[in-house]
Amino acid sequence: MKDGFRQSMAWLHSWSGLLLGWLLFAVFLTGTIAYFRQEVTVWMQPELHGSIPDAGTAERAVERMSQLAPDAAQWTIALPGERSPAVSVSWRPADAKPNDRAALKRATLDAGTGAVLEPRETAGGNFLYRFHFELYGMPREIARWIVGIATMAMLVAIVSGIITHRRIFKDLFTFRPEKAALRSWMDGHVAAAVLALPFHLMITYSGLLLFMTMLMPWAVDLAYDGNRQAYFAESGFRRAPPPPRPAPQAAPLTPVAPLLAEADRRWADRGGVGSLTVTNPGRANATIELRPAESDSIGRGAATERLLFDGVTGRAQEVPAADPQPAAMATGNYLMGLHLARFAGPGMRWLFFVSGVAGTVMVGSGLIFWVVKRRSQRGRADTWGNGPEPFGHRLADRLNIGVVAGLPLAVAAYFWANRLLPAGLGERAGWEIEVFFLAWAAALLHAPLRPSRRGWAEQLWAGAALFALLPVLNLATAPGHLGNSLPAGNWLLAGFDLTALAVGLLLGFAARKVGRNAFAGKTVPAPVLPAGAVVEEPT
Amino acid sequence: MTTLPSRLRFGPDGLRRLDVASRSLAGIVGGYALAAVAAMFLALALPMPRAEAVYTATMMSFAIHAGAFVWAFSVRTRRVWPGLLGPTLLLGGGTWLLHGLQSGAPS
Repeated sequence: MKDGFRQSMAWLHSWSGLLLGWLLFAVFLTGTIAYFRQEVTVWMQPELHGSIPDAGTAERAVERMSQLAPDAAQWTIALPGERSPAVSVSWRPADAKPNDRAALKRATLDAGTGAVLEPRETAGGNFLYRFHFELYGMPREIARWIVGIATMAMLVAIVSGIITHRRIFKDLFTFRPEKAALRSWMDGHVAAAVLALPFHLMITYSGLLLFMTMLMPWAVDLAYDGNRQAYFAESGFRRAPPPPRPAPQAAPLTPVAPLLAEADRRWADRGGVGSLTVTNPGRANATIELRPAESDSIGRGAATERLLFDGVTGRAQEVPAADPQPAAMATGNYLMGLHLARFAGPGMRWLFFVSGVAGTVMVGSGLIFWVVKRRSQRGRADTWGNGPEPFGHRLADRLNIGVVAGLPLAVAAYFWANRLLPAGLGERAGWEIEVFFLAWAAALLHAPLRPSRRGWAEQLWAGAALFALLPVLNLATAPGHLGNSLPAGNWLLAGFDLTALAVGLLLGFAARKVGRNAFAGKTVPAPVLPAGAVVEEPT
Repeated sequence: MTTLPSRLRFGPDGLRRLDVASRSLAGIVGGYALAAVAAMFLALALPMPRAEAVYTATMMSFAIHAGAFVWAFSVRTRRVWPGLLGPTLLLGGGTWLLHGLQSGAPS
């Protein structure tokens, strides 16, 4: 009875995982990179690499804003920090509505000189971030439903996977890379799954919560008779009240340096001041609001400590206390806050990134295991599907090649396009994305044209070369290459180059393994299973 | 060929496919229906302010759907649909009653 149950779960695990696995792999891979989307965007805008912050950056930015937008209703100045070397500013013209985000004007300033920079047009890390929950080129709502359905399949695969591998902690210490292909794929899959299991559960469940009102609107619509705005208002998802109208009397803005000094002392352990918001600059009722670089709370939308000053006298003002979130919303927002990781400092961000890589490896190795297992069932000589192979197995294998090996290749191609397309090209951001999809389409078309093992090796080598050479491309096309970034301790740019190099080496290692056919001939005829691991499924 | 998990084995191949299709439909559609009705019921029944009850119920509904999905693949064939539809109808009736009571005018 027990075994029947676990075999059913193994069956459910392998099929719920396979059918949406390719989409999940793409979501995991692009979502993982999105933890560094700001850093990716900075790398993709070499025009910002020469921007070097100093003690006078914030004052210079305020000074520049009074020339750029003297009559604006509000300025927002995001100061440089560990995630960006330049100053990002935006302002709301006096005639724009308070909540109209489209009316905001934006610019990027050099942190050292205050000059307006003209970075190349690129979607940067934002494209990968958006893709991981909205895909591309289709209506937003439909895309979010597709990703939502895949996320539910992921949750089902996790639950059934845990039941299948109930002795997960025993399996965790079972890694036999030199053993038969089947076993090492299984061990790798289980290791990637178990090592970061709390992360996988959190990221999947919170992924559903981020879409909760769209995916599951029934409770809201029943309790509020379809009036979702009333629900959002009662839930505390309130929009900030509109800022006061500008006073008719003009008044010069107080010097910001003393305010910043006070705030930097207060927030020394939180990266100092992250941003300034000046409301009604140059008017008698001007205010200056400061926020720290790093939030002290994990929860999404949780109130972050702010400092508010009178913009003319510089005197501190009382910040209206935010309503505490009810327990239910605090729980949900805590989970969603973990998913988004906006609170995370560098160390924590790397931990999330590594966990995301583990998730990507988990999905990828699970997809590969599905094929390897069916091949080993057909016989010891057919590790690479050289003999006659059922269409379904062949299809799954070629999709695996085009997605597991092809998507990293496409991401690398996106970075290459960023540097090789002319900086002044019209619709430039769109062309970069075009190159990403062309490269991915080429990988998906290449896979069925080649024998399985060749297809894997060729695409892995291509991805390895494209990634490993990114630091060289950066050297040839931008000032922020490793020769400059390492001595300057610029870990933002050096981190990108070194990570690209590491990814390239890993892909090259995988390509070499495939090329040398390390697993061939070692496949055991009938897999002897580790105690507790159920890998029997119907074909 | 491997042996099929005993609970999924259902006579000849065609019947087994029918069984798998039926369980999948039960897991996807039946599980969603159960989760949706449970969310509506809990939104009205939970002793909390309205917004919190709605939020908690919606948050829990995804676990209910996933649980129902896994359950649909773990029991004998003849128990799958009754096991999902029964609670769905019960909760639906409860929701109807509560909604009528709370609207003040039971219809």
